[in-house]
Amino acid sequence: MNTVTPKMRIAVPSPARKGAEIEIKTLISHPMESGFRRDQRGEQIPRNILTRFECHFYPSGNVPSGNPDPNPERLVFACDLHPGMAANPFISFFARATVSGQFLFRWIDQHGALFTARRDLQVSDAG
Amino acid sequence: MEPRRVCLQCTIVLLLALAGGCEADAQHGESNSSPTTADSRQTADPRSGYAYQSADTQALQDDAFANPGTLWLDQGESLWQRTPEHSDGPGKSCGDCHDDAGAGLAASMRGVALRYPALDQDTGVLINLEGRINRCRTEQQQLPAFEWESEALLALTTLVANRSQGLTLNRSISAELQPFFDAGRNYFYTRRGQMNLACNQCHEQYAGQMLRGDRLSEGHGNGYPTYRLQWQTVGSLQRRLRFCNVGVRAEPHDYGAPEYLNLELFLQWRGEGLRVESPAVRR
Repeated sequence: MNTVTPKMRIAVPSPARKGAEIEIKTLISHPMESGFRRDQRGEQIPRNILTRFECHFYPSGNVPSGNPDPNPERLVFACDLHPGMAANPFISFFARATVSGQFLFRWIDQHGALFTARRDLQVSDAG
Repeated sequence: MEPRRVCLQCTIVLLLALAGGCEADAQHGESNSSPTTADSRQTADPRSGYAYQSADTQALQDDAFANPGTLWLDQGESLWQRTPEHSDGPGKSCGDCHDDAGAGLAASMRGVALRYPALDQDTGVLINLEGRINRCRTEQQQLPAFEWESEALLALTTLVANRSQGLTLNRSISAELQPFFDAGRNYFYTRRGQMNLACNQCHEQYAGQMLRGDRLSEGHGNGYPTYRLQWQTVGSLQRRLRFCNVGVRAEPHDYGAPEYLNLELFLQWRGEGLRVESPAVRR
């Protein structure tokens, strides 16, 4: 999907029981153009990919505003993306719910453009 | 000369054999088999293209979160609510005309996709869902029409089609639609292209069998607009039809061509009993 601002879908199972393993699912619209394809005129289609995905978690009361610099201590999950990956990358991973707070999701494309989203996590002590 | 002619004959015989053991009198461009009448579907028990996908692809479609077509659905929902800005003030959003308060976004579109393509009383020709959305856009919203196969048009078409998800195709052909229907049916049963193949040869005679790495489906349109993994994007039914034309090495028609509109009508009738899946996921 070749839009200027990508669309994102993020699923965080909230509320979650304390200590539970939760699956976090993300989907973002992006062409992930490999740079190896040619158009109908035989000209190379320039590479246009996301290169990095990161997920940070900040406990309630410590949630920064705006687009904070990534804090390695808050990193939950990260991965590098490469030209061979399909368009509209779907990334899911697991985390353990310990305290309530907020997830910060960051996608970075090859030009350094940053796409971010936030999702709250409520952790209940019950059970 | 002589050996070459023999070779050519062999090739034709081979092609005919490939084309499904059709009678030797089937000539280029001629109708391949007698078309069905309008009151009997060719496929008594139609199976959606879903049934011909791998388990992985089916799982991707069924996952309401991971189905990539939902990205277009989301975009369609935001476009639906967007109010155009004109020089003399704000215009109308889709929802301003079409939404009942509290019924849910675009809920009034339920069932609409089952009624298109329809006869456009103003022009006397068929108009499909994409054409109808663009008509609203130019006449009601005073905005330029979306281009065929543009992201925005696909998003809105996906949204409208999705609102009929789960409903059963049950298209009846009225007398005024009959000529368009007949033309669409003839198109379906007419051989074309360098391969000299008609739609029904793959999608009726050989449905379920392998065409190299792909499993042939029955050629129903109930999942469109569909996310095709090969395209890495959502595409319209007409894009799929163009793709089929190219596959048999025929010249594809333009988007919105009467041939495709007629064929869309025929396919919708032909798929009676199938449920709308939009946005489906196909290989």
